[in-house]
Amino acid sequence: MTEDEGLPPAKGPLIYRQSIWTRLTHWVWAICLFFLLLSGLQIFNAHPTLYIGKQSGFEFDNSVLSIGAVNTPDGPRGQTTVFGQTFDTTGVLGMSGPAANPSFVGFPGAVTIPSFRDLATGRVVHFFFGWIFVAALFIWFLASFINGHLRRDILPKGRDFTGLPRDALDHARLRLHHGRTYSPLQKLSYFAVFFVLFPLIILTGLTMSPGMDAAWPWLLDIFGGRQTARTIHFVVMVLLVLFFVVHIIMVLLAGPLNELRSMITGWYRTSPGTPSEQGDKP
Amino acid sequence: MSRLIVNRRKFLVGSVALGSSLAMSGCSQFDFLGQRGNPVRQALEQANVLTYRAQRALIGDQVLAREYAESEIRQGQRPNGSTDPTTAEYLFLKQANFEPYRLTIKGMVDREISFSLAELRNMPARTQITRHDCVEGWSCIAKWTGTPLGPVLDQAGVKPAARYCVYHCYDNIQRGLSGDILYYTSSDLVDAYHPQTILSYGLNDAVLPVSNGAPVRLRIERALGYKQPKYLHTIELVDDLSPFGGGKGGYWEDNGYDWYGGI
Repeated sequence: MTEDEGLPPAKGPLIYRQSIWTRLTHWVWAICLFFLLLSGLQIFNAHPTLYIGKQSGFEFDNSVLSIGAVNTPDGPRGQTTVFGQTFDTTGVLGMSGPAANPSFVGFPGAVTIPSFRDLATGRVVHFFFGWIFVAALFIWFLASFINGHLRRDILPKGRDFTGLPRDALDHARLRLHHGRTYSPLQKLSYFAVFFVLFPLIILTGLTMSPGMDAAWPWLLDIFGGRQTARTIHFVVMVLLVLFFVVHIIMVLLAGPLNELRSMITGWYRTSPGTPSEQGDKP
Repeated sequence: MSRLIVNRRKFLVGSVALGSSLAMSGCSQFDFLGQRGNPVRQALEQANVLTYRAQRALIGDQVLAREYAESEIRQGQRPNGSTDPTTAEYLFLKQANFEPYRLTIKGMVDREISFSLAELRNMPARTQITRHDCVEGWSCIAKWTGTPLGPVLDQAGVKPAARYCVYHCYDNIQRGLSGDILYYTSSDLVDAYHPQTILSYGLNDAVLPVSNGAPVRLRIERALGYKQPKYLHTIELVDDLSPFGGGKGGYWEDNGYDWYGGI
């Protein structure tokens, strides 16, 4: 085999990047989060108002978000109130569906499971996938601690912070490096998801359980009451949806086939110039 | 042999088409999960059994739900579900100011007993300011006064084989042409004997009003609102829930809600 002198190879080596544990839990979460989101919106629709505090104000106002419908001289309209600011959200929030036969629900049936109002089923689906989600997270933490994924790829180190401005600039100019390890921005994003967002959404979910509040009353104290916990649960959901959107955009920009292959087979094509190591494929 | 070549452009077009068709069709492909008795739904429902077992293992039987300060009572207790029952029995009791009311303990007990409202009020009372959590998602803090259920059950003498309490109520939660459906629910004996489980006859320092379950409402403070039966008249000790209503242990449970109701 000969190579042209002085010219770098057109491709970097194929490296084994994702362990079976990372790949398996990744797809389990993808399925779980899909069902958790859509059944969660169904549950939210049963009382589409969020509050700050221990209880829901019916004779006082401690709401921060409220979705509903109002009657106007021009007929019913969907309305969303956020921090006292009211927006007309007809067609999306509060009132949606065909104009002749609209449904008056918080989130439209297209993004809830089931598509009709059914709190009982929303709860069945939510708790089933909640258990699987938590079990997968437990397995991932254990496996990633043992196989070094956590230390190598997730926990940010000093050089990740010093390298952050440069990495942000590279991302902004869409110069995406396919290296052996995650870039500083990647590490920080995954760190935020695994160490902030996932624990937060699980613990705020548990805070809504009157049984768990008896077992772990500190849940009520750290989140400032059951209704604040419910609001945080919703906000973290929004942040995870944003993460998902950015995640998909980055996969598409970075080369969807290579990225998908690494999350299915584990093998990942690195950028040209990446030094080979033992165990790589050419 | 021709090779299927997927380049970036084809991949993008394909994923956009797939994604939008999924979004357009909405989530009605999962509507079958709403069918009670569907085998997939029944499999998913097993997670609720796991939740019940996990919480029973994790939470000590005597561990109390949080109690709040007087200053946290900022509003009246929000009524929900039945707020004004219309069964003949209840209307008669209501116009008689609940004088003829009796709470009966029956089923797997050594002796069936019943108490008038005055007798219940003369028993040792417990007052607790607790948070009522509705399955819909809202919460309301109120002060409940009543007599603990445990000692009342002991007076009847619960047989060792009894596993559940079934709570029978006066209210016709569902009114239809084929007749009324009366509210009922049930709990295990852990919840029945919990120190905060009281037969409440007082709310926020006043007599329990009709809209909140007069004359007697059971409080099970570590569970959701549908496990706090209003207009309670009979507690039946049983070892099997299937003979009652739809067989799932309660009105809402028969309608697909989980029996434990602790989350």
